[in-house]
Amino acid sequence: MYNLDITHAPDEGGHFGKFGGRFAAETLMQPLKDIEEAFYEAWADEGFHAERLDLLKNYVGRATPLYHAKQLTAAVGGAQIYLKREDLTHTGAHKINNTIGQGLLARRMGKKRVIAETGAGQHGVATATVAAMFGMQCDIYMGREDMARQMPNVLRMRLLGANVIPVDSGTATLKDAVNEALRNWVATCEDTFYIFGTAAGPHPYPLLVRQFHTVIGQEARAQCLDQAGRLPDVAVACVGGGSNAMGLLHPFRDDASVRLVAVEAAGYGLESGQLAASLAKGKAGILHGNLTFLLEDDEGQVQGTHSISAGLDYPGVGPELAYMFEQGRLELDACTDDDALEALQLLTRKEGIIPALESSHAIAAGARIAKSMAADKIVLINLSGRGDKDMNTVFKHLGWVEDAS
Amino acid sequence: MSTPIARPSRLAAVFERCKQEGRSALVGYLTAGDPDVTTSEALLLALAEQSDILEIGMPFSDPMADGPVIQAASERALEAGTHIADVFALTKTVRDAHPDLGIVLMGYANVPYAMGFELFSQRAKTAGADGVLIVDIPAEEGHICDASLKQYGLDRIMLLSPTSTDERIKLACACASGFIYYVSLNGITGADMGDMQGIQDKVKHIKCISNDLPVCVGFGVKTPVQATQVAAFSDGVVVGSHFVGHIPQADNKADICAALSASAASMRKAVGAIA
Repeated sequence: MYNLDITHAPDEGGHFGKFGGRFAAETLMQPLKDIEEAFYEAWADEGFHAERLDLLKNYVGRATPLYHAKQLTAAVGGAQIYLKREDLTHTGAHKINNTIGQGLLARRMGKKRVIAETGAGQHGVATATVAAMFGMQCDIYMGREDMARQMPNVLRMRLLGANVIPVDSGTATLKDAVNEALRNWVATCEDTFYIFGTAAGPHPYPLLVRQFHTVIGQEARAQCLDQAGRLPDVAVACVGGGSNAMGLLHPFRDDASVRLVAVEAAGYGLESGQLAASLAKGKAGILHGNLTFLLEDDEGQVQGTHSISAGLDYPGVGPELAYMFEQGRLELDACTDDDALEALQLLTRKEGIIPALESSHAIAAGARIAKSMAADKIVLINLSGRGDKDMNTVFKHLGWVEDAS
Repeated sequence: MSTPIARPSRLAAVFERCKQEGRSALVGYLTAGDPDVTTSEALLLALAEQSDILEIGMPFSDPMADGPVIQAASERALEAGTHIADVFALTKTVRDAHPDLGIVLMGYANVPYAMGFELFSQRAKTAGADGVLIVDIPAEEGHICDASLKQYGLDRIMLLSPTSTDERIKLACACASGFIYYVSLNGITGADMGDMQGIQDKVKHIKCISNDLPVCVGFGVKTPVQATQVAAFSDGVVVGSHFVGHIPQADNKADICAALSASAASMRKAVGAIA
């Protein structure tokens, strides 16, 4: 079912056009090269894929369904909406596809300890899960602000045996968690594997993360052909760093008829200055090991971001998405906090599916796009995760519980 | 590798002078604009008095390779409203006061990238800097800055670390000038120094490959005793977090200045006390 060819590979240095690369401190250069080598070696090894795909099937629960959301389609009016149900994976979001892959790589390299950054907590949970299964020590770096708004995930990580380390530096959100994880890794790289959560960071992470997530788009493509008899007209995914977006969109890149849409977090609005839309509002810059679009001031100081969803609250974006955008292969869309909250309720009421706030951005934009299209068209939306972790935030916004903050 | 015949750089002159004096160079670091631009000027001038080379840190929002002490310095500087123009102005003030001092601007890629490396290099040179050290631009990514630095005659200081293989040491040495900065430990600035013998062995090894480029050692030098030990086998000793650490200890310029001067003087003495 899965195509294991690596298409649209970056150059030897990990560049996608001018984007990407390996802008890392010297201490990390060799460890990054070691991971790159181990990855290419593993990727060429049938045994590696046999174990990985077995875990994806029997542990994660792949293939995830492609669901024709008829009630949502009727409520929106327009193109047929299909949802790729990554929310039904073990641990409740697409993130596990990548942590299984990197976890296997870590074990192959003989590493006894894994670390990760996390924003919404989904990558942290998925890392802690794999660490538990593989019997590895696990430390997760998480901004203190994110810990407060995603407490259920913090507790899950602890239950799984991971040590959740609060990050107070900078803005105490995802970017600072990455900084802190990098600082730890510099000191521990000999016995520690950094399981990077999104399709960003220094080479080879953007490639690794993309390859481990392409199962999403490959399944969706085959399922759409099977169910609808043709490819979708539009494929839509939300973008923070870009892991679920690369996973869904990459396998459609060479299908010229399929529009690829990335939905960024517009926070309080695209003109509010309180947002996390790096492609729409950023400029080229260097952070966390790669050259990409960044939200920064005129002097290159990285700016604080805002999104109701912790998973999108990041000032950068994966370099390959920056490249696809620059090449004109990627369309941009953006949703505000309010759009996302409304979409979350709409999907919940119409289909009985409660999406994560991150995925709600894709739902909101996807519905808007579907509405503008004829009923014989197909809009494919990546439902990247389930909403359980967000209930506290949602209830506060709906005024159902008191806002303690 | 052929060496172009040119007037030796100021950094080369510094190491030559130290060599003649039979000692290692003291390389002092402070973040520009910490805790504010006015105080920073006094502190940089005070540290310059004792240092052979001054590393002037360009504050950045996300100092990924720095420990808590220098992270806090960057935060204080940015909160006080330090701009890149202030960094250049402070550099110029120090340069005017110390014509023979080596000056290196140190920081992260995104600040010069945002300005454009050509303009950045021009302004750095005009302000009086001799070299530039960008933590997150390894040799492989030098294509974004090397031509501009060269155009303006700025040395590119390269980092090496315990994880650097021979291949990487060669790669770094091929694009380095001024000196090599050996990061003595796998870790962030201000961490505890590792095994001195291991550091000495690696420095010796790098010097075999580095084609006479001086090697300075930093990250973790906190006491005069350590400085003396490191000085015994290196061309320069970098002291950063230890100096920066004085800044939050007092709330007035005079007290910080006095503490920093005393501390710098004892480090200066230590690097000269080679047995």
